Amino acid sequence: MSLDRSDVERIAHLARLAIHEPEIPEYTESLNSILSLIDQMQATPTDGIEPLAHPLDAVQRLRSDVVTEANQRDSLQACAPAVEDGLFLVPKVIE
Amino acid sequence: MFNLTLSELSQALSQGQFSSLELTQALLERIKRLDSQYNSFITLSEEQALLQAKAADASRAAGHATPLTGLPVAHKDLFCTQGIRTSCGSRMLDNFVSPYNATLVERLNQAGMVTLGKTNMDEFAMGSSNESSYYGPARNPWDSQRVPGGSSGGSAAAVAARLVPAATGSDTGGSIRQPAALCGITGLKPTYGRISRYGMIAYASSFDQAGPMTRSAEDAALLLQAMAGEDPLDSTCAVHPVPDYRASLNNSLSGLRIGLPKEYFAEGTDPEILQRVREAVAEFEKMGAQVKEVSLPNTQLSIPAYYILAPAEASSNLSRFDGVRYGHRCAAPKDLEDLYKRTREEGFGTEVKRRIMVGTYALSEGFYDAYYRKAQQIRRLIQQDFVRVLQDVDVIMAPVTPCAAFPLGEKNSDPVSMYMEDVFTLSLNLAGLPGMSIPCGFSGHLPVGLQLIGNYFDEARLLNIAHQYQQVTDWHQHTPANLSED
Repeated sequence: MSLDRSDVERIAHLARLAIHEPEIPEYTESLNSILSLIDQMQATPTDGIEPLAHPLDAVQRLRSDVVTEANQRDSLQACAPAVEDGLFLVPKVIE
Repeated sequence: MFNLTLSELSQALSQGQFSSLELTQALLERIKRLDSQYNSFITLSEEQALLQAKAADASRAAGHATPLTGLPVAHKDLFCTQGIRTSCGSRMLDNFVSPYNATLVERLNQAGMVTLGKTNMDEFAMGSSNESSYYGPARNPWDSQRVPGGSSGGSAAAVAARLVPAATGSDTGGSIRQPAALCGITGLKPTYGRISRYGMIAYASSFDQAGPMTRSAEDAALLLQAMAGEDPLDSTCAVHPVPDYRASLNNSLSGLRIGLPKEYFAEGTDPEILQRVREAVAEFEKMGAQVKEVSLPNTQLSIPAYYILAPAEASSNLSRFDGVRYGHRCAAPKDLEDLYKRTREEGFGTEVKRRIMVGTYALSEGFYDAYYRKAQQIRRLIQQDFVRVLQDVDVIMAPVTPCAAFPLGEKNSDPVSMYMEDVFTLSLNLAGLPGMSIPCGFSGHLPVGLQLIGNYFDEARLLNIAHQYQQVTDWHQHTPANLSED
């Protein structure tokens, strides 16, 4: 199937990417050419094949539930765009 | 000094021929003088490097030197380095200074290595030419009008141009092996999980794997030794013993079983490259190896499977770049959604946005089974191909790329033609297997790489095979003709 302009706008919204009007045709075209490359796999039968999520089929390792980290808030917030009193600042969310 | 390998430099330092400080100063000076030709570094870390070099010299004087003490290295700019900017080749992280070191960086620091700087790369490691970097493309030292490959293009160019004896890279779909091939150096992508991913900015977490980029297999063994092993900070890092990689470098290759996958020798590849690969295989036969044709029938499917799975993982991983905790933030956002959308629109380049959108689409409601699940099933088929073949042979040999270094701009406007560049490298990442690229000759004036593919955690054998080849050939010692020798 082929994406149209409104699909691309919807995908960009889901990905939280602003998209400029003049760029939409180019994105539509390149995404469609990528998807047609991807669709080559549809011809291969895969019924009954177990999906592979991890190349070594490993399971998540667990560790003891103990504190291992010291509080590093100041150093971790040093690279933030806007902080105040140890909090990250964002535009007002609740009126 | 510039033409010495890590192993040779290590010896020179231990014999007192020069100090790590002298070596570091000389290389920093060389980078500052020459790198405008290659654009292989994004950031130089001169101040820290000089401190590390002095500390290395002091540690050597006190008798505490490891084989890596005082040796210079450059890190691909996706490994977090405390106090040195880590940009990931993106405007998004142009102002990002990590509060901690990646485990790999920490380990090489502990071993006494000296970080000269951070190398150029495709933005968020998405690309095969280094052209998607926010900082402009690195250039191939063999021909400055051509790409160095990607995404670890800066690391490959810096090593090939003798600006640094070794660099780190990462390989999600070929990003160590392909630039190593295009720049005529040695690159190793270890088994998935062999090296910790902690502090390596994530692209596709079930594929990403760090590795060394060097001028010889012996040097790759030296670096891998320090990089590999379990890490409590990365739960996907393998709990698997790390052998002594240098101990087996000189093992005999007599009786080695080599498989040549017929799908990798089909039409569509530069005939010169196929010829070089066959000549390399003939060298191994002279050393007593046995060669047979094998088949990896699902090879072509690795492109579609990869270009669903990796973007899907990327769309999830890159959702963290939201303008709140680190990195770029748009000016005067009017609300939270505007903050997210404009920050991401401004911070990411075109190819990154494309892959985020492909991944978002593949994971969106109604399309998951047709794309993501289907691609995971194909991933299983590709892995099964390798598992079957590696029961019969010890190593698979193949080209790394279908063509040698291509001109800047040639494939940049068409993502699909760029993706086809990865046809011989992607399948290993899908299967999680280790692979190497080593120089095996030239197509015209451009280097050609031989790919070695081994079984899980069989890096020692790949290094042994590569090292033996480098004992009887000198392709890895060739340097670009116009290289400044002073």
